[in-house]
Amino acid sequence: MINGDGPSSTYPALEIDDLWKIYGRNSQDIDIDDDELLAELTRSGEAVVAVKSVSLTVEAGEVFVVMGLSGSGKSTLIRCLLRLVEPTSGRIVIGGEEVTTLGEKELTRFRRRQAAMVFQHYGLLPHRTVLENVALGLKIKGMDRAERKEKAREALEKVGLDKWARYYPGSLSGGMRQRVGIARAIVMDSPLLLMDEPFSGLDPLIRREMQDELLRLQEELHRTIFFVTHDLDEAMRLGNKMAVMKNGEVVQQGTPEEILADPADAYVARFVDDKRRQVDLADRKKTAMVKTAEGKPEAKVSGKERSDHVS
Amino acid sequence: MFPEAWRFHIAPYVNEAVQWLLHSFAPTFDRMAASITSLLGAISRGLTFIPWWAYVLFIGLAAWRATRRWTSAIILGLMPLLIGLFGLWTLAVDTLAIIIASVLLALLLGIPVGVLMAEAKGTTKFITPLLDGMQTMPSFVYLIPAMMLFGLGKVPAVFATLIYAMPPVIRLTHLGLSQVPKPVQEAAKAYGATRWQLLREVRLPLAMPSIMAGINQTTMMALSMVVVSSMIGARGLGQEVLLSINRIDVGKGFESGLSIVIMAIVIDRITQGFARRFEPHRQN
Ligand SMILES: Nc1ncnc2c1ncn2[C@@H]1O[C@H](COP(=O)(O)OP(=O)(O)OP(=O)(O)O)[C@@H](O)[C@H]1O
Ligand SMILES: [Mg+2]
Repeated sequence: MINGDGPSSTYPALEIDDLWKIYGRNSQDIDIDDDELLAELTRSGEAVVAVKSVSLTVEAGEVFVVMGLSGSGKSTLIRCLLRLVEPTSGRIVIGGEEVTTLGEKELTRFRRRQAAMVFQHYGLLPHRTVLENVALGLKIKGMDRAERKEKAREALEKVGLDKWARYYPGSLSGGMRQRVGIARAIVMDSPLLLMDEPFSGLDPLIRREMQDELLRLQEELHRTIFFVTHDLDEAMRLGNKMAVMKNGEVVQQGTPEEILADPADAYVARFVDDKRRQVDLADRKKTAMVKTAEGKPEAKVSGKERSDHVS
Repeated sequence: MFPEAWRFHIAPYVNEAVQWLLHSFAPTFDRMAASITSLLGAISRGLTFIPWWAYVLFIGLAAWRATRRWTSAIILGLMPLLIGLFGLWTLAVDTLAIIIASVLLALLLGIPVGVLMAEAKGTTKFITPLLDGMQTMPSFVYLIPAMMLFGLGKVPAVFATLIYAMPPVIRLTHLGLSQVPKPVQEAAKAYGATRWQLLREVRLPLAMPSIMAGINQTTMMALSMVVVSSMIGARGLGQEVLLSINRIDVGKGFESGLSIVIMAIVIDRITQGFARRFEPHRQN
């Protein structure tokens, strides 16, 4: 699935090396190698180790999914990549550029060109129209009005919202708002897309629709996508590679198939078991439905829908 | 009885300080006075140039745009006629000029201070107590330094009014900026917004309703200084009130008092209406 064009193909799109983030008072002074001290600070609530020695490599063109339960440090990790959260230690290299050592000016330039982010809570400007929201990053970059409107319109077309350009985000549904969020990200032409649980706030059906749409867009755009979710289903559907996080640590990495086939520890196994049980349950339901559906055709339809959902 | 021997006055030091200020910064104060005078002059000329019926029309239209109701537009438009009927039109225009000048200056100084407080959080430690002090101080107190620095007349009136009226717009600018939702700011940062871009594109527009409320309050505070500032010789409706107090002319006092109230209502409704237009486009 590695896409061959662009300079980013010569090195990994994203490399994270021994990344730590510790929230708390004077976290810079904490020696991350001192396990005892860390344990004690965590116990006393003076520090939270949100990201613990994470190392990852994401190849260009990949959809890399980070999965973990709430509080496992996924948002912190993805925010570190743009330095929206300042990492405590470690190294991040994106597109051959060492993000962790960038000065303020370079960081601004980096954010404008190298990576674009989609947020769970959309982060749209309520006082700007949909079109202006999509053009936000371009405006920040300093692109002139006519050009950015043109590009924003194209991006809106890609996510199927061209008719809504003049509306305000307040009058859109959640799914539509997130499409705006995605359009705002893809319009930037950045090689890396960061997505922090973009579909978690959406209804299951809309969510699936959005996942399909993202896959379709990816086929067209071939970006590198770093995607965060707490949903194994979503991870399996979207990811070429995935990493499972627990309490700030990556407990397993690999392709979704590898992880499904051979969970590394009990934590991962629980996710996988849960998923297996869902599949089993759905299978049983489907059979039951088909049996009872002989006289009631509409029941069959709903049975099919459900099997769709988990397959 | 409190011991006589312990008596200690800071009054001489205060006087000395003011004297020192006057001596060392005389040119500065002169220049300030000159600028305020010319600002006032320009505003006055503009205001007196406008015929009375134009005010009525303008107020009616503005009220309609702000409230979208014909009844309030007509009532608000007709209210200033009463001031004219009382024979107080010219004085009301004088008062209006002082208010416009003070509010303009208050906003010019106050909004940046509010922005500073929000951007450099450390400054709130110093500015907040100052604002508390400014607001608890009786408004008469401002007359003293104003008079010392600028003598009698409209200039010290503008100065005292400006100081007295400034705190709300500072506070509400600060408040509005600190209440801007974090996710929106984070998104703008993620796309490479500089601090200035963040302020201009995101923070200020989203703080606008709060800032507008501050402008409204500042204007109301300025109006409430009208009578007080006439004590140092500012011509206008306030002076009429003072005169009628001195002459115990209740009827006349009522007329001029009512005129001030009318101005307050008209200005309040119109600025509030405009403030409402800055409300963000929320759901539906
Ligand atoms: N600004 C902060 N200050 C202190 N602790 C924080 C801060 N942000 C997050 N944390 C803590 O860091 C840990 C990881 O949080 P994070 O938001 O990264 O998790 P997450 O995996 O994204 O969870 P969710 O699925 O709920 O979004 C949590 O224990 C959280 O309480
Ligand atoms: Mg999160």
